[in-house]
Amino acid sequence: MSADPEILDRLETRFPGAITRVEAVDQPTCLIPKDAVRAVALYLRDEEGYRMCIDVAGVDYHPDRPRFEVVYHLYHPERRARLRVKCRVGEEEEVASVTPIWPGADWPEREAYDLLGIRFAGHPNLTRIYMPDDWEGHPLRKDYPLRGTRID
Amino acid sequence: MASLGPEAKAGEMPPDSPFVRGAEAGPELSEETMVINLGPQHPSTHGVLRVRLTLDGERVVDAEPVIGYLHTGFEKTAESLTWQQANTVTDRLDYLSPMSNNLAYVLAVEKLMNLEVPKRAQYIRVLFAELTRIASHLVWLGTHVMDLGAMSLFFYTMREREVLLDIIEATTGVRMNPSYFRVGGLAYDLPDGFHEKVRDFLKEFPRWMKMYRNLFEDNPLILERLQGVAVVSREQCYAYSVTGPILRATGVARDLRKDEPYSSYEEFEFEVPTRTEGDALARFWVRVEEMYESHKIMEQALEKITPHGPYTTSDRKVALPPRDEIYGNMEALIHQFKLVTEGFSVPRGEVYQAVEGPRGEMGYYLVSDGGPRPYRWRARTPSFYNLQTLPLMCRDGLVADVITTIGSIDIMLGDVDK
Repeated sequence: MSADPEILDRLETRFPGAITRVEAVDQPTCLIPKDAVRAVALYLRDEEGYRMCIDVAGVDYHPDRPRFEVVYHLYHPERRARLRVKCRVGEEEEVASVTPIWPGADWPEREAYDLLGIRFAGHPNLTRIYMPDDWEGHPLRKDYPLRGTRID
Repeated sequence: MASLGPEAKAGEMPPDSPFVRGAEAGPELSEETMVINLGPQHPSTHGVLRVRLTLDGERVVDAEPVIGYLHTGFEKTAESLTWQQANTVTDRLDYLSPMSNNLAYVLAVEKLMNLEVPKRAQYIRVLFAELTRIASHLVWLGTHVMDLGAMSLFFYTMREREVLLDIIEATTGVRMNPSYFRVGGLAYDLPDGFHEKVRDFLKEFPRWMKMYRNLFEDNPLILERLQGVAVVSREQCYAYSVTGPILRATGVARDLRKDEPYSSYEEFEFEVPTRTEGDALARFWVRVEEMYESHKIMEQALEKITPHGPYTTSDRKVALPPRDEIYGNMEALIHQFKLVTEGFSVPRGEVYQAVEGPRGEMGYYLVSDGGPRPYRWRARTPSFYNLQTLPLMCRDGLVADVITTIGSIDIMLGDVDK
Protein backbone atom coordinates (compact mmCIF):
# COMPACT_ATOMS: atom_id res chain seq x y z
CA MET A 1 0.00 0.00 0.00
CA SER A 2 2.64 2.45 1.01
CA ALA A 3 4.68 4.31 -1.58
CA ASP A 4 7.84 3.88 0.49
CA PRO A 5 7.63 0.37 2.00
CA GLU A 6 11.30 0.03 2.96
CA ILE A 7 11.48 3.14 5.09
CA LEU A 8 11.29 1.18 8.35
CA ASP A 9 14.16 -1.08 7.21
CA ARG A 10 16.33 1.94 6.52
CA LEU A 11 15.39 3.48 9.87
CA GLU A 12 16.36 0.24 11.62
CA THR A 13 19.73 0.22 9.87
CA ARG A 14 20.38 3.85 10.74
CA PHE A 15 19.17 3.63 14.35
CA PRO A 16 19.84 0.06 15.45
CA GLY A 17 17.78 -1.01 18.41
CA ALA A 18 15.79 2.21 18.62
CA ILE A 19 12.99 1.38 16.21
CA THR A 20 10.03 -0.76 17.27
CA ARG A 21 7.72 -1.66 14.43
CA VAL A 22 4.00 -1.31 15.09
CA GLU A 23 1.33 -3.04 13.04
CA ALA A 24 -1.11 -0.58 11.50
CA VAL A 25 -3.74 -0.93 8.81
CA ASP A 26 -2.86 2.20 6.89
CA GLN A 27 0.82 3.23 6.85
CA PRO A 28 4.30 2.24 8.09
CA THR A 29 4.37 2.89 11.81
CA CYS A 30 7.12 2.74 14.39
CA LEU A 31 7.70 3.56 18.01
CA ILE A 32 10.92 5.28 19.05
CA PRO A 33 12.33 6.28 22.45
CA LYS A 34 11.58 9.89 23.23
CA ASP A 35 15.26 10.79 23.44
CA ALA A 36 15.68 9.80 19.79
CA VAL A 37 12.96 12.13 18.45
CA ARG A 38 15.28 14.91 17.37
CA ALA A 39 17.83 12.65 15.68
CA VAL A 40 15.19 10.60 13.87
CA ALA A 41 13.31 13.71 12.79
CA LEU A 42 16.46 15.33 11.40
CA TYR A 43 17.38 12.13 9.58
CA LEU A 44 13.90 11.75 8.10
CA ARG A 45 13.78 15.33 6.91
CA ASP A 46 17.32 15.84 5.61
CA GLU A 47 18.36 12.41 4.38
CA GLU A 48 15.05 10.78 3.51
CA GLY A 49 13.14 13.86 2.39
CA TYR A 50 10.11 13.64 4.68
CA ARG A 51 9.77 17.41 4.51
CA MET A 52 6.16 17.70 5.63
CA CYS A 53 4.91 17.11 9.13
CA ILE A 54 1.25 16.54 8.45
CA ASP A 55 0.19 16.31 12.07
CA VAL A 56 1.39 16.06 15.64
CA ALA A 57 -1.16 14.45 17.91
CA GLY A 58 -1.04 13.62 21.59
CA VAL A 59 -2.81 10.62 23.08
CA ASP A 60 -3.44 10.13 26.79
CA TYR A 61 -3.17 6.48 27.86
CA HIS A 62 -3.97 7.16 31.51
CA PRO A 63 -3.50 5.18 33.79
CA ASP A 64 -0.71 3.53 31.77
CA ARG A 65 2.81 4.79 32.35
CA PRO A 66 4.49 6.56 30.61
CA ARG A 67 1.25 8.35 30.26
CA PHE A 68 1.29 10.05 26.86
CA GLU A 69 2.04 9.11 23.32
CA VAL A 70 3.07 11.74 20.78
CA VAL A 71 2.18 10.73 17.23
CA TYR A 72 3.91 12.38 14.26
CA HIS A 73 2.37 11.92 10.83
CA LEU A 74 5.00 12.63 8.19
CA TYR A 75 4.76 12.99 4.45
CA HIS A 76 7.25 12.71 1.62
CA PRO A 77 6.18 15.14 -1.15
CA GLU A 78 8.05 13.43 -4.00
CA ARG A 79 7.45 9.78 -3.11
CA ARG A 80 3.97 10.72 -1.86
CA ALA A 81 4.61 8.42 1.05
CA ARG A 82 3.34 8.58 4.57
CA LEU A 83 5.03 7.56 7.79
CA ARG A 84 3.84 7.48 11.38
CA VAL A 85 6.38 7.84 14.16
CA LYS A 86 5.34 7.61 17.78
CA CYS A 87 7.03 8.03 21.13
CA ARG A 88 5.92 7.62 24.72
CA VAL A 89 6.45 10.44 27.19
CA GLY A 90 5.62 10.66 30.87
CA GLU A 91 3.67 13.34 32.68
CA GLU A 92 6.74 14.87 34.33
CA GLU A 93 8.96 14.44 31.28
CA GLU A 94 9.75 16.53 28.26
CA VAL A 95 10.09 15.54 24.64
CA ALA A 96 12.16 17.46 22.11
CA SER A 97 10.08 19.85 20.03
CA VAL A 98 10.17 19.27 16.29
CA THR A 99 9.14 22.86 15.53
CA PRO A 100 12.76 23.84 14.70
CA ILE A 101 12.75 20.96 12.18
CA TRP A 102 9.23 21.31 10.78
CA PRO A 103 7.91 24.82 11.52
CA GLY A 104 4.39 23.55 10.83
CA ALA A 105 4.54 21.57 14.08
CA ASP A 106 4.38 24.82 16.05
CA TRP A 107 0.63 25.03 16.62
CA PRO A 108 -0.13 21.31 16.99
CA GLU A 109 2.57 21.06 19.65
CA ARG A 110 1.08 24.03 21.45
CA GLU A 111 -2.29 22.32 21.16
CA ALA A 112 -0.94 19.10 22.69
CA TYR A 113 0.58 21.16 25.49
CA ASP A 114 -2.64 23.09 26.05
CA LEU A 115 -5.12 20.23 25.94
CA LEU A 116 -3.00 17.35 27.27
CA GLY A 117 -0.12 18.96 29.14
CA ILE A 118 2.67 17.37 27.09
CA ARG A 119 5.78 19.53 27.34
CA PHE A 120 7.99 20.08 24.32
CA ALA A 121 11.56 21.12 25.05
CA GLY A 122 12.92 23.77 22.71
CA HIS A 123 9.58 24.99 21.44
CA PRO A 124 9.84 28.72 20.66
CA ASN A 125 6.51 29.67 22.24
CA LEU A 126 4.98 26.90 24.33
CA THR A 127 1.86 28.67 25.58
CA ARG A 128 -1.81 27.76 25.58
CA ILE A 129 -3.36 28.08 22.16
CA TYR A 130 -7.06 27.36 22.65
CA MET A 131 -7.85 27.69 26.34
CA PRO A 132 -7.53 30.99 28.24
CA ASP A 133 -4.03 31.66 29.53
CA ASP A 134 -5.08 31.29 33.17
CA TRP A 135 -6.92 28.01 32.67
CA GLU A 136 -6.13 25.24 35.12
CA GLY A 137 -5.78 21.67 33.93
CA HIS A 138 -5.68 20.07 30.52
CA PRO A 139 -9.16 19.26 29.17
CA LEU A 140 -8.35 16.42 26.79
CA ARG A 141 -6.86 14.25 29.54
CA LYS A 142 -8.83 11.13 30.32
CA ASP A 143 -9.15 12.07 33.99
CA TYR A 144 -10.51 15.52 33.20
CA PRO A 145 -14.32 15.64 33.55
CA LEU A 146 -16.34 15.89 30.37
CA ARG A 147 -18.86 18.35 31.70
CA GLY A 148 -19.97 20.09 34.84
CA THR A 149 -19.35 23.39 36.52
CA ARG A 150 -18.69 23.23 40.22
CA ILE A 151 -21.02 25.47 42.17
CA ASP A 152 -19.84 26.25 45.69
CA MET B 1 -14.56 74.25 24.62
CA ALA B 2 -17.30 74.36 27.20
CA SER B 3 -16.53 70.79 28.29
CA LEU B 4 -12.99 71.63 29.32
CA GLY B 5 -12.38 72.52 32.93
CA PRO B 6 -11.92 76.17 33.89
CA GLU B 7 -8.11 75.71 34.25
CA ALA B 8 -7.62 74.09 30.87
CA LYS B 9 -6.72 76.34 28.04
CA ALA B 10 -7.49 75.53 24.48
CA GLY B 11 -4.57 73.92 22.61
CA GLU B 12 -2.67 73.04 25.76
CA MET B 13 -1.76 69.40 26.34
CA PRO B 14 -0.21 67.72 29.38
CA PRO B 15 3.55 67.41 28.78
CA ASP B 16 3.45 63.58 28.74
CA SER B 17 0.69 63.39 26.15
CA PRO B 18 1.61 61.17 23.20
CA PHE B 19 0.45 63.90 20.86
CA VAL B 20 2.94 66.34 22.25
CA ARG B 21 5.75 63.79 22.09
CA GLY B 22 4.84 62.96 18.53
CA ALA B 23 4.86 66.56 17.47
CA GLU B 24 8.24 67.25 19.05
CA ALA B 25 9.84 63.94 18.12
CA GLY B 26 9.59 64.68 14.42
CA PRO B 27 11.51 62.12 12.33
CA GLU B 28 11.94 59.80 15.32
CA LEU B 29 8.27 58.95 15.10
CA SER B 30 8.89 56.70 12.13
CA GLU B 31 11.01 54.39 14.27
CA GLU B 32 8.17 53.51 16.56
CA THR B 33 6.04 50.52 15.74
CA MET B 34 2.42 50.29 16.71
CA VAL B 35 0.57 47.18 17.81
CA ILE B 36 -3.07 46.98 16.86
CA ASN B 37 -5.61 44.22 17.04
CA LEU B 38 -7.50 43.13 13.99
CA GLY B 39 -10.53 41.29 15.22
CA PRO B 40 -11.74 39.11 16.84
CA GLN B 41 -14.89 40.94 15.81
CA HIS B 42 -13.97 42.17 12.39
CA PRO B 43 -16.04 41.30 9.33
CA SER B 44 -13.05 40.52 7.15
CA THR B 45 -11.71 37.87 9.50
CA HIS B 46 -14.58 35.55 8.55
CA GLY B 47 -15.36 34.62 12.09
CA VAL B 48 -13.53 35.24 15.32
CA LEU B 49 -9.92 35.43 14.26
CA ARG B 50 -7.76 37.94 16.02
CA VAL B 51 -4.54 39.11 14.43
CA ARG B 52 -2.05 41.06 16.50
CA LEU B 53 -0.52 43.38 13.95
CA THR B 54 2.74 45.18 14.53
CA LEU B 55 2.82 48.11 12.16
CA ASP B 56 5.40 50.54 10.99
CA GLY B 57 3.10 53.08 9.42
CA GLU B 58 1.29 51.25 6.66
CA ARG B 59 3.83 48.42 6.61
CA VAL B 60 3.25 45.19 8.49
CA VAL B 61 6.23 44.24 10.64
CA ASP B 62 4.56 41.19 12.13
CA ALA B 63 1.14 39.60 12.12
CA GLU B 64 0.46 37.06 14.81
CA PRO B 65 -2.81 35.14 14.67
CA VAL B 66 -4.41 34.65 18.07
CA ILE B 67 -6.91 31.82 17.95
CA GLY B 68 -9.15 29.86 20.25
CA TYR B 69 -12.18 32.13 20.42
CA LEU B 70 -14.35 29.43 18.87
CA HIS B 71 -12.80 26.49 20.72
CA THR B 72 -15.55 24.07 21.63
CA GLY B 73 -13.63 20.93 22.52
CA PHE B 74 -14.79 18.84 19.58
CA GLU B 75 -12.20 16.15 20.23
CA LYS B 76 -13.24 15.73 23.86
CA THR B 77 -16.90 15.66 22.86
CA ALA B 78 -16.34 13.08 20.13
CA GLU B 79 -14.45 10.80 22.51
CA SER B 80 -17.57 10.64 24.68
CA LEU B 81 -19.86 9.61 21.80
CA THR B 82 -20.23 6.32 19.98
CA TRP B 83 -18.41 5.82 16.70
CA GLN B 84 -21.53 6.58 14.69
CA GLN B 85 -22.57 9.58 16.81
CA ALA B 86 -19.12 11.15 16.59
CA ASN B 87 -19.88 11.77 12.93
CA THR B 88 -22.14 14.65 13.93
CA VAL B 89 -19.15 16.46 15.41
CA THR B 90 -17.31 16.37 12.09
CA ASP B 91 -20.00 18.48 10.40
CA ARG B 92 -19.32 21.31 12.77
CA LEU B 93 -15.59 21.58 12.15
CA ASP B 94 -15.68 23.07 8.68
CA TYR B 95 -19.33 23.91 8.49
CA LEU B 96 -19.13 25.13 4.90
CA SER B 97 -18.13 21.70 3.62
CA PRO B 98 -19.63 19.26 6.13
CA MET B 99 -19.73 16.35 3.70
CA SER B 100 -15.95 16.42 3.19
CA ASN B 101 -15.45 16.11 6.93
CA ASN B 102 -18.04 13.33 7.12
CA LEU B 103 -16.28 11.50 4.33
CA ALA B 104 -12.83 11.56 5.94
CA TYR B 105 -14.23 10.33 9.23
CA VAL B 106 -16.41 7.51 7.93
CA LEU B 107 -13.60 6.33 5.65
CA ALA B 108 -11.25 6.22 8.63
CA VAL B 109 -13.64 4.12 10.70
CA GLU B 110 -14.40 1.87 7.74
CA LYS B 111 -10.70 1.33 7.15
CA LEU B 112 -10.23 0.34 10.77
CA MET B 113 -13.19 -2.06 10.54
CA ASN B 114 -12.24 -3.28 7.06
CA LEU B 115 -15.78 -2.56 5.94
CA GLU B 116 -16.95 -2.66 2.35
CA VAL B 117 -19.31 0.09 1.17
CA PRO B 118 -21.64 -0.44 -1.84
CA LYS B 119 -20.44 1.28 -5.02
CA ARG B 120 -23.64 3.28 -5.31
CA ALA B 121 -23.08 4.78 -1.86
CA GLN B 122 -19.49 5.61 -2.82
CA TYR B 123 -20.65 7.50 -5.92
CA ILE B 124 -23.26 9.41 -3.93
CA ARG B 125 -20.52 10.32 -1.45
CA VAL B 126 -18.36 11.60 -4.30
CA LEU B 127 -21.22 13.65 -5.68
CA PHE B 128 -21.95 15.29 -2.35
CA ALA B 129 -18.28 15.85 -1.54
CA GLU B 130 -17.92 17.76 -4.80
CA LEU B 131 -21.20 19.57 -4.28
CA THR B 132 -20.01 20.90 -0.92
CA ARG B 133 -16.68 21.81 -2.49
CA ILE B 134 -18.50 24.03 -4.96
CA ALA B 135 -20.73 25.43 -2.19
CA SER B 136 -17.69 26.17 -0.05
CA HIS B 137 -15.76 27.78 -2.91
CA LEU B 138 -18.81 29.90 -3.74
CA VAL B 139 -18.76 31.36 -0.23
CA TRP B 140 -15.02 31.89 -0.51
CA LEU B 141 -15.38 33.59 -3.90
CA GLY B 142 -18.11 35.93 -2.71
CA THR B 143 -16.47 36.90 0.56
CA HIS B 144 -12.96 37.14 -0.86
CA VAL B 145 -14.02 39.49 -3.62
CA MET B 146 -16.14 41.43 -1.15
CA ASP B 147 -13.06 41.88 1.05
CA LEU B 148 -11.41 43.45 -1.96
CA GLY B 149 -14.25 45.91 -2.24
CA ALA B 150 -16.53 44.34 -4.86
CA MET B 151 -19.86 43.92 -3.17
CA SER B 152 -22.20 42.54 -5.78
CA LEU B 153 -20.57 39.16 -6.44
CA PHE B 154 -21.27 38.14 -2.86
CA PHE B 155 -25.02 38.40 -3.41
CA TYR B 156 -24.85 36.26 -6.54
CA THR B 157 -22.70 33.51 -5.04
CA MET B 158 -24.83 33.32 -1.92
CA ARG B 159 -27.95 33.16 -4.07
CA GLU B 160 -26.53 30.29 -6.08
CA ARG B 161 -25.24 28.49 -3.02
CA GLU B 162 -28.85 28.37 -1.93
CA VAL B 163 -29.58 26.04 -4.87
CA LEU B 164 -26.93 23.65 -3.57
CA LEU B 165 -28.25 23.87 -0.03
CA ASP B 166 -31.70 23.06 -1.41
CA ILE B 167 -30.33 19.84 -2.88
CA ILE B 168 -28.75 18.99 0.47
CA GLU B 169 -31.99 19.84 2.26
CA ALA B 170 -34.09 17.74 -0.11
CA THR B 171 -31.79 14.78 0.55
CA THR B 172 -31.00 15.06 4.23
CA GLY B 173 -33.68 17.32 5.70
CA VAL B 174 -31.27 20.02 6.85
CA ARG B 175 -29.21 22.67 5.11
CA MET B 176 -26.13 22.72 7.29
CA ASN B 177 -24.52 19.96 9.36
CA PRO B 178 -26.33 17.11 7.60
CA SER B 179 -24.28 14.09 8.88
CA TYR B 180 -25.50 12.33 5.77
CA PHE B 181 -22.58 9.94 5.45
CA ARG B 182 -22.59 7.19 8.03
CA VAL B 183 -20.15 4.47 8.84
CA GLY B 184 -21.13 1.77 6.37
CA GLY B 185 -22.78 4.00 3.78
CA LEU B 186 -25.37 6.76 3.94
CA ALA B 187 -28.05 7.71 6.43
CA TYR B 188 -30.90 7.22 3.95
CA ASP B 189 -31.56 6.84 0.27
CA LEU B 190 -31.84 9.67 -2.25
CA PRO B 191 -35.25 11.35 -2.49
CA ASP B 192 -37.49 11.20 -5.55
CA GLY B 193 -36.53 13.72 -8.20
CA PHE B 194 -32.94 13.93 -6.98
CA HIS B 195 -31.42 13.35 -10.41
CA GLU B 196 -33.53 16.12 -11.99
CA LYS B 197 -32.60 18.57 -9.26
CA VAL B 198 -28.90 17.92 -9.65
CA ARG B 199 -29.15 17.92 -13.44
CA ASP B 200 -30.78 21.36 -13.32
CA PHE B 201 -27.94 22.63 -11.21
CA LEU B 202 -25.30 21.10 -13.47
CA LYS B 203 -26.92 22.78 -16.47
CA GLU B 204 -27.09 26.17 -14.77
CA PHE B 205 -23.62 26.14 -13.24
CA PRO B 206 -21.51 27.08 -16.31
CA ARG B 207 -23.83 30.03 -16.89
CA TRP B 208 -23.27 31.28 -13.34
CA MET B 209 -19.55 30.89 -13.67
CA LYS B 210 -19.59 32.88 -16.88
CA MET B 211 -21.46 35.67 -15.13
CA TYR B 212 -19.00 35.67 -12.20
CA ARG B 213 -16.06 35.71 -14.53
CA ASN B 214 -17.48 38.71 -16.32
CA LEU B 215 -17.39 40.50 -12.99
CA PHE B 216 -13.81 39.74 -12.00
CA GLU B 217 -11.87 38.35 -14.92
CA ASP B 218 -10.73 41.57 -16.54
CA ASN B 219 -11.28 43.77 -13.54
CA PRO B 220 -7.94 45.57 -13.10
CA LEU B 221 -8.74 46.55 -9.51
CA ILE B 222 -9.20 42.97 -8.39
CA LEU B 223 -6.21 41.66 -10.29
CA GLU B 224 -3.99 44.38 -8.91
CA ARG B 225 -5.00 43.66 -5.36
CA LEU B 226 -4.22 39.97 -5.74
CA GLN B 227 -1.13 39.89 -7.90
CA GLY B 228 2.14 39.48 -6.01
CA VAL B 229 0.37 39.64 -2.64
CA ALA B 230 0.79 37.04 0.11
CA VAL B 231 3.42 35.03 -1.71
CA VAL B 232 4.66 31.73 -0.32
CA SER B 233 7.15 29.37 -1.90
CA ARG B 234 6.76 25.64 -2.37
CA GLU B 235 9.34 24.80 0.29
CA GLN B 236 7.66 27.15 2.75
CA CYS B 237 4.40 25.31 2.13
CA TYR B 238 6.08 21.97 2.84
CA ALA B 239 7.76 23.31 5.97
CA TYR B 240 4.54 24.77 7.32
CA SER B 241 2.40 21.71 6.49
CA VAL B 242 0.29 23.70 4.03
CA THR B 243 -2.03 21.69 1.81
CA GLY B 244 -4.84 22.30 -0.63
CA PRO B 245 -5.18 25.20 -3.06
CA ILE B 246 -2.37 27.18 -1.40
CA LEU B 247 0.09 24.37 -2.09
CA ARG B 248 -1.28 23.80 -5.59
CA ALA B 249 -0.80 27.50 -6.34
CA THR B 250 2.94 26.94 -5.93
CA GLY B 251 3.06 24.39 -8.70
CA VAL B 252 2.56 21.16 -6.76
CA ALA B 253 -0.18 18.92 -8.14
CA ARG B 254 -0.86 17.36 -4.74
CA ASP B 255 -4.44 16.23 -4.63
CA LEU B 256 -5.38 13.28 -2.44
CA ARG B 257 -8.20 12.39 -4.83
CA LYS B 258 -5.48 11.51 -7.34
CA ASP B 259 -2.59 10.51 -5.04
CA GLU B 260 -4.45 8.31 -2.61
CA PRO B 261 -7.84 7.68 -4.25
CA TYR B 262 -10.69 6.97 -1.87
CA SER B 263 -14.38 6.34 -2.38
CA SER B 264 -13.79 5.27 -6.03
CA TYR B 265 -12.25 8.59 -7.13
CA GLU B 266 -9.95 6.59 -9.39
CA GLU B 267 -12.93 6.00 -11.68
CA PHE B 268 -13.47 9.69 -12.35
CA GLU B 269 -11.76 11.87 -14.90
CA PHE B 270 -10.67 15.30 -13.80
CA GLU B 271 -7.67 17.60 -13.80
CA VAL B 272 -5.78 19.04 -10.85
CA PRO B 273 -5.48 22.79 -11.52
CA THR B 274 -2.16 24.29 -10.51
CA ARG B 275 -0.41 27.64 -10.78
CA THR B 276 3.23 28.43 -10.11
CA GLU B 277 3.28 31.99 -8.78
CA GLY B 278 2.26 31.17 -5.21
CA ASP B 279 0.49 34.50 -4.72
CA ALA B 280 -3.11 35.37 -3.94
CA LEU B 281 -3.99 35.56 -7.63
CA ALA B 282 -2.65 32.06 -8.26
CA ARG B 283 -4.75 30.68 -5.42
CA PHE B 284 -7.72 32.58 -6.75
CA TRP B 285 -7.48 30.86 -10.13
CA VAL B 286 -6.76 27.45 -8.65
CA ARG B 287 -10.00 27.62 -6.68
CA VAL B 288 -12.03 28.95 -9.58
CA GLU B 289 -10.78 26.17 -11.85
CA GLU B 290 -11.40 23.59 -9.15
CA MET B 291 -15.07 24.47 -9.28
CA TYR B 292 -15.18 23.50 -12.95
CA GLU B 293 -13.45 20.20 -12.13
CA SER B 294 -15.93 19.50 -9.35
CA HIS B 295 -18.70 20.17 -11.83
CA LYS B 296 -17.11 17.60 -14.16
CA ILE B 297 -16.91 15.00 -11.38
CA MET B 298 -20.52 15.64 -10.37
CA GLU B 299 -21.67 15.03 -13.94
CA GLN B 300 -19.86 11.70 -14.05
CA ALA B 301 -21.08 10.71 -10.62
CA LEU B 302 -24.68 11.45 -11.50
CA GLU B 303 -24.39 9.14 -14.51
CA LYS B 304 -23.09 6.36 -12.28
CA ILE B 305 -25.73 6.70 -9.57
CA THR B 306 -28.69 4.46 -10.28
CA PRO B 307 -32.06 5.75 -9.01
CA HIS B 308 -32.49 2.68 -6.83
CA GLY B 309 -30.02 0.41 -5.15
CA PRO B 310 -28.16 -0.19 -1.91
CA TYR B 311 -27.17 2.94 -0.04
CA THR B 312 -25.53 1.33 2.96
CA THR B 313 -23.74 -1.85 3.87
CA SER B 314 -25.78 -4.98 4.47
CA ASP B 315 -23.67 -5.72 7.56
CA ARG B 316 -26.28 -5.68 10.30
CA LYS B 317 -23.61 -5.22 12.96
CA VAL B 318 -23.02 -1.72 11.60
CA ALA B 319 -26.05 -0.42 9.71
CA LEU B 320 -29.57 -0.26 11.08
CA PRO B 321 -31.94 -2.88 9.62
CA PRO B 322 -34.85 -1.59 7.52
CA ARG B 323 -38.11 -0.89 9.33
CA ASP B 324 -40.13 -3.76 7.90
CA GLU B 325 -37.47 -6.24 9.01
CA ILE B 326 -37.50 -4.93 12.57
CA TYR B 327 -41.23 -5.58 12.93
CA GLY B 328 -41.11 -9.09 11.51
CA ASN B 329 -37.74 -10.47 12.48
CA MET B 330 -36.42 -11.09 16.00
CA GLU B 331 -32.79 -11.00 14.85
CA ALA B 332 -33.27 -7.60 13.23
CA LEU B 333 -34.95 -6.23 16.34
CA ILE B 334 -31.99 -7.29 18.47
CA HIS B 335 -29.55 -5.68 16.05
CA GLN B 336 -31.53 -2.48 16.01
CA PHE B 337 -31.71 -2.42 19.81
CA LYS B 338 -27.98 -3.08 20.21
CA LEU B 339 -26.98 -0.47 17.63
CA VAL B 340 -29.20 2.22 19.08
CA THR B 341 -28.37 1.62 22.74
CA GLU B 342 -24.65 0.95 22.64
CA GLY B 343 -23.45 1.19 19.04
CA PHE B 344 -20.96 -1.08 17.34
CA SER B 345 -17.42 -1.87 18.42
CA VAL B 346 -14.39 -1.14 16.31
CA PRO B 347 -11.36 -3.46 16.41
CA ARG B 348 -8.40 -2.28 18.48
CA GLY B 349 -5.92 -0.26 16.46
CA GLU B 350 -5.11 3.11 15.00
CA VAL B 351 -5.73 4.67 11.62
CA TYR B 352 -5.16 7.91 9.75
CA GLN B 353 -7.36 8.71 6.81
CA ALA B 354 -7.40 11.97 4.89
CA VAL B 355 -9.45 13.39 2.06
CA GLU B 356 -8.92 16.41 -0.15
CA GLY B 357 -11.27 18.94 1.37
CA PRO B 358 -11.92 22.36 -0.17
CA ARG B 359 -9.23 23.83 2.08
CA GLY B 360 -6.69 21.03 1.97
CA GLU B 361 -5.95 17.77 3.69
CA MET B 362 -8.78 16.94 6.06
CA GLY B 363 -7.70 13.92 8.06
CA TYR B 364 -8.64 11.94 11.13
CA TYR B 365 -6.35 10.00 13.40
CA LEU B 366 -8.43 7.52 15.34
CA VAL B 367 -7.39 5.15 18.08
CA SER B 368 -9.72 2.36 19.11
CA ASP B 369 -9.43 0.35 22.29
CA GLY B 370 -11.89 -2.16 20.88
CA GLY B 371 -14.90 -0.50 22.48
CA PRO B 372 -17.98 1.29 21.19
CA ARG B 373 -16.43 4.77 21.57
CA PRO B 374 -13.31 6.26 20.00
CA TYR B 375 -10.43 6.23 22.47
CA ARG B 376 -8.72 9.07 20.63
CA TRP B 377 -10.46 11.16 18.03
CA ARG B 378 -8.05 13.55 16.43
CA ALA B 379 -9.01 15.88 13.61
CA ARG B 380 -6.25 17.17 11.35
CA THR B 381 -7.98 20.24 10.03
CA PRO B 382 -6.48 22.06 7.04
CA SER B 383 -7.22 25.65 8.13
CA PHE B 384 -5.36 25.18 11.43
CA TYR B 385 -2.13 24.48 9.55
CA ASN B 386 -2.69 26.85 6.66
CA LEU B 387 -3.30 29.79 9.00
CA GLN B 388 0.20 29.36 10.45
CA THR B 389 1.58 30.93 7.29
CA LEU B 390 -0.25 34.23 7.88
CA PRO B 391 2.80 35.99 9.40
CA LEU B 392 4.91 34.71 6.52
CA MET B 393 2.52 36.08 3.94
CA CYS B 394 1.84 39.42 5.64
CA ARG B 395 5.34 40.51 6.64
CA ASP B 396 6.53 43.61 4.81
CA GLY B 397 3.17 43.98 3.12
CA LEU B 398 0.55 46.66 3.58
CA VAL B 399 -2.27 46.66 6.11
CA ALA B 400 -4.85 46.44 3.35
CA ASP B 401 -3.15 43.30 2.06
CA VAL B 402 -3.68 41.56 5.41
CA ILE B 403 -7.37 41.43 4.54
CA THR B 404 -6.57 40.01 1.12
CA THR B 405 -4.28 37.44 2.71
CA ILE B 406 -6.85 36.21 5.21
CA GLY B 407 -9.38 35.82 2.43
CA SER B 408 -6.93 34.08 0.19
CA ILE B 409 -5.91 31.50 2.84
CA ASP B 410 -9.65 30.74 2.97
CA ILE B 411 -9.78 29.95 6.66
CA MET B 412 -12.72 28.46 8.43
CA LEU B 413 -12.67 29.27 12.11
CA GLY B 414 -14.63 26.19 13.08
CA ASP B 415 -11.81 24.28 11.46
CA VAL B 416 -9.07 26.29 13.15
CA ASP B 417 -10.45 26.37 16.67
CA LYS B 418 -12.04 22.92 16.82
